[in-house]
Amino acid sequence: MQYMLMIYSDQSRIQAMAPEDGQKMMAAFNAYTESLKAAGAYVGGDRLQPTSTGATVRVRDGQTQVLDGPYADTKEQLGGYYLIEAADLDEAVKWAARCPGAAVGTLEVRPVWAM
Amino acid sequence: MKFALLIRLDEAAQAAEAKAKGVEHPPVSPAYAAYAQAAVEAGVMRGGQRLRPSSTATTVRVRDGQTHVLDGPYAEAKEQLGGVFLIEAATLEEAVQWAAKCPGAATGALEVRAVWE
Amino acid sequence: MTPAHTAAAQAARSGYGKLLAYLAAQTRDLAEAEDALADAFAKALDAWPRTGVPASPEAWLLTAARNRWLDGLRRKRVRSDARDHLTLALDEAQAQAETHHDIPDQRLRLIFACAHPAIAPPARAPMILQTVLGFDAKAIASAFLVAPAAMAQRLVRAKAKIRDAGIPFAIPERADLAERLDAALDAVYTVFTRGWGDPLGADPESRGLAEEAIWLGRLIAQVLPDEPEPKGLLALMLHAHARRAARRDLGGRFVPLDAQDVSLWDRPMLHEAEALIHQAAAAGRPARFQLEAAIQSAHAARAFTGQADWAAVVILYDGLVAMTGSVVAAINRAVALSRSEGPAQGLAALDAVAEDPRLADYQPYWAARADLLARTGDKAAAAAAYDRAIGLEFDPALRDFLQERRAGLG
Repeated sequence: MQYMLMIYSDQSRIQAMAPEDGQKMMAAFNAYTESLKAAGAYVGGDRLQPTSTGATVRVRDGQTQVLDGPYADTKEQLGGYYLIEAADLDEAVKWAARCPGAAVGTLEVRPVWAM
Repeated sequence: MKFALLIRLDEAAQAAEAKAKGVEHPPVSPAYAAYAQAAVEAGVMRGGQRLRPSSTATTVRVRDGQTHVLDGPYAEAKEQLGGVFLIEAATLEEAVQWAAKCPGAATGALEVRAVWE
Repeated sequence: MTPAHTAAAQAARSGYGKLLAYLAAQTRDLAEAEDALADAFAKALDAWPRTGVPASPEAWLLTAARNRWLDGLRRKRVRSDARDHLTLALDEAQAQAETHHDIPDQRLRLIFACAHPAIAPPARAPMILQTVLGFDAKAIASAFLVAPAAMAQRLVRAKAKIRDAGIPFAIPERADLAERLDAALDAVYTVFTRGWGDPLGADPESRGLAEEAIWLGRLIAQVLPDEPEPKGLLALMLHAHARRAARRDLGGRFVPLDAQDVSLWDRPMLHEAEALIHQAAAAGRPARFQLEAAIQSAHAARAFTGQADWAAVVILYDGLVAMTGSVVAAINRAVALSRSEGPAQGLAALDAVAEDPRLADYQPYWAARADLLARTGDKAAAAAAYDRAIGLEFDPALRDFLQERRAGLG
């Protein structure tokens, strides 16, 4: 089964990190990605740019509304995700717990519908 | 540039639709299929995923070396992340155009985020 | 919470496992016994702050649980023969508690039921945590990195199995004891190892899984004094636990075993472990936990002689590998070999198991490999192995440590 591991974290905290801490975090993420690949669990993944660079779009009554920023102004934001192949939820949760993002933010694990 | 279109859906409405049709989950609607096809033909589609409802979600945190595993999504809300499209666009404006065309924008909301490459 | 509440809660909790074990052993229905007891505890928490804690809290709770259970039986119109049987069992339990002002401690029987070979192995340790120690399913789920709904399911299924298959609440007969004891000790050790994720005891919810496991180990060793393996397990856990204070520095950073300050090791605990190893050895039946305890003892030699006895560790791991065929033991043996014979020999021993597909996500293998490659001077290969280890690590403090090691390769 495929699972999406969604990484929620406080982006202001990550942006405020000392450069060496930021590099260390990046290196940990790279190592994690490589481990997923080596175990044959990696399907895909993306790292999102900060919410300040994005926009939210709704269409109501034929009118398109575009707002600056994220869908909801919360302390933690979706910062990226991995798509992994796992035998079951237990295995997916184990991968989530190893993700460096779980130590600073929260990971949401959700199965995806087969396309 | 690559952009993620994060689709926020009203899950209750989706569940009601599935129930009305007597299926576990509604199949990809013709409108979504047409949208995805259009994006493929325009050469901008880079991928996508459709998530199962947030009732199937589990959250994981590690604090002080201790792992906490909880049932449920990251945040309880009426609208939940229901799927993602990845598209190639030159600018945020172009990505927003694609977001506005997505059927999800008419019932929920689309959050457009640039992807680090 | 008022002091009366706290006193009531404490009195209630300390008796939980004992009461549940007793009720379940009498009735063989663990899930119903839990429900009845939960109700009795709720009544106690309501009544005791007003009336004071009764002279015999256990008898009080048992009466309340029994009444609630019998009410339920009447309401549910349980078949009369089944009801008679249960009523009799509950009345007996009641009479016993009233005449002796105490109830027999049958927690070991409950442990054997929970760790029965018919119970799925992943459910055994969680069952013990929930029934004997009173942990809730949510806390157990986190300790085992499993979604709470899945853990709750696992526990429900195990309890139904105990009831429907008629799994006995009994200490096994001699003929079965060895196999059954292995399963029970294994479950207790699992509880202990799950406690390692919280080396500082920072999480009040985890309530010291390591301490709870040691408590269970003592219980088994006391009730079965002629068996050497419970002593082996207890010694193993005490050895590991004695180093608790040395495993993190003041900044909360991970300290590997050979860099630990031995003055921080708990001497009385080490001595107790050593004594247990000797008592167990007298039986002349070495087995897995006794060997593992002896390995820890060889490491602990550093506290007394200034250096660990690596040659002894290798020989002991040879025995463990021969006995269990465990790939984990083979990896540890390779590490020990690198200390006594040199990193190249250790690496060659690691290569011998490298084809095992389970190693793809087994972090200790990659950490060991990275360390040995670094010692042989193969920096590029060491860096790649460190990356695998970093990517597979759960504990942020260990991840930091591995990242520092990798950065130190130059």
